[in-house]
Amino acid sequence: MRGGWLAVYAVLYLAFLYAPIVLLPLFAFNDSTIIAFPLTGFTTRWFSELPQTPALIASVRTSLVIAVTTAILSTVLGICAARAGARYRFPGKRPILGFIMLPLVLPEIIVAVSLLVVILGLGLSLSSWTVILGHTLICTPFSIAILNSAFANLDASLEEAAVDLGESRWSSFRLVTLPLVMPGIISSLLIAFTISLDEFIIAFFLTGSDPTLPVYLWGQLRFPQKIPVVMALGTILVALSVLLLTVAEFFRRRGVARAGGRDTGGFL
Amino acid sequence: MPERFWRGEAGRGLALVAPPALYALVLLAVPLAAVLAFSFWSQDGLVIDRTPTIANYREAVTEPLYRQLMLRSVGIAAAVTAATVLLAYPIAYFVSFVVRPERKALWIFLITIPFWTSYLIRVFLWKVILGYNGVLNTTLQGLGVIDAPLTFILYNANAVVITLAHAYAPFAILPVFVALEKIDRSLIEAARDLGETRLTTFLRVTLPLSVPGVVAAVLIVFIPTIGDYVTPRLVGGPGGLMIANMIQTQFLKLSNAPMGAALSVLAMLTVGAVALVFVGLMRRWLKVRQ
Repeated sequence: MRGGWLAVYAVLYLAFLYAPIVLLPLFAFNDSTIIAFPLTGFTTRWFSELPQTPALIASVRTSLVIAVTTAILSTVLGICAARAGARYRFPGKRPILGFIMLPLVLPEIIVAVSLLVVILGLGLSLSSWTVILGHTLICTPFSIAILNSAFANLDASLEEAAVDLGESRWSSFRLVTLPLVMPGIISSLLIAFTISLDEFIIAFFLTGSDPTLPVYLWGQLRFPQKIPVVMALGTILVALSVLLLTVAEFFRRRGVARAGGRDTGGFL
Repeated sequence: MPERFWRGEAGRGLALVAPPALYALVLLAVPLAAVLAFSFWSQDGLVIDRTPTIANYREAVTEPLYRQLMLRSVGIAAAVTAATVLLAYPIAYFVSFVVRPERKALWIFLITIPFWTSYLIRVFLWKVILGYNGVLNTTLQGLGVIDAPLTFILYNANAVVITLAHAYAPFAILPVFVALEKIDRSLIEAARDLGETRLTTFLRVTLPLSVPGVVAAVLIVFIPTIGDYVTPRLVGGPGGLMIANMIQTQFLKLSNAPMGAALSVLAMLTVGAVALVFVGLMRRWLKVRQ
């Protein structure tokens, strides 16, 4: 292998990165309520208990609704910002775009408490909508980061050609630009969906009577006998997010290839 | 505003950027201003007293518990940042300089995958790994490396550092990787041709050129870790709690929103101050070198 000691270090580092994730299926299929080695036997009991927990199913449903709504909202906002940034020059461009990206560098607990203060101050009640508002705020910068590269790789003369050939601005955007940035849009939707689905602290502060999945899990972690079921659920979630990310990566690469750019790798 | 303006480039750009900008204004700027206002108020039971006071800040600065939590948060975040960036640099270097170009995307993909899986469950699994009867202790005992389980790795600040160094690994690797990728390879060849060794080439060419990536990595790791809530709560024990845990307690348990707001403002100021000082020092260092 190339790289000598560096390659050895890289493999060890990957082992460190994957250590917790490898343990997950081990304990999910282990026939014991105690999460420790040695493993005692194989069982699928924890998986079959999953559908019999109504609170869990309700929290999965809440999380899915929140994540889908967040993904759509933050991608739409992201398209506006990324296109404005790539296509137009306007006064205050840098400070405005920088301000929109600000949630990326704020500790999430600050975002959570500041939204809580305002929502309670206005006398609004906490619900899935308040979580969606918070999640859209933190997901939009990620959407912008992904869509920026999609819009920046775009050749502006394609759209100009469409306008010259008699299309209106909107229809040239819809017919020329949109299909070209579609892969970026899809990966933005998937990333925002994944972030929202996993986000804990904002949901913890802003959730109403229907907990999201991470908030429900947080409650379960206090009861040792519930933990194997949590492990089973975690295994399913890991499998699903790896699947989603592979799809997202596939679309991102296709997008880069379609726009004629060179692949530089990675979402961030 | 004349109609012509809105048809021009600037107008179209502003109209397009307006929805996300207004969203951030209403849901970020206004709430942050509200927190700032709250931090100067006081609360008695459920009643908020809006007479401006600096009592919250005075208490936050003088009360030993708050001061200790704030200092510990900065200390832990600094330790996490140092550990994460130092461990990540060789990986970024490996992927950028050793891995063949067509396999780079695969490596980056491999590095990012673990981090899109449930954060809560990952932190919990570190508790399983580091625990008294945990994976690490049973493995080391089984191998005969240690006789008694290690106890200094769970329910203290060390556990928080290990867990967060894992959680923020890709946020450190990616910026450094991007900076290394931008380095013109002919500069390195030139240095070697001029008689530098591999090590001095790295120290005098590669490392200084990758500093912007390192600075970005440090900020990206430091800022969110200082406000982390889950990790200190799950693996920190009483000695590993951080400022976010106290902010949560003030808001949700003690119903003392003004005190929580004051602590939030102080946490933001601390983050901002540390970040500015760090960026300033790096700028100065780079200038001296040039």
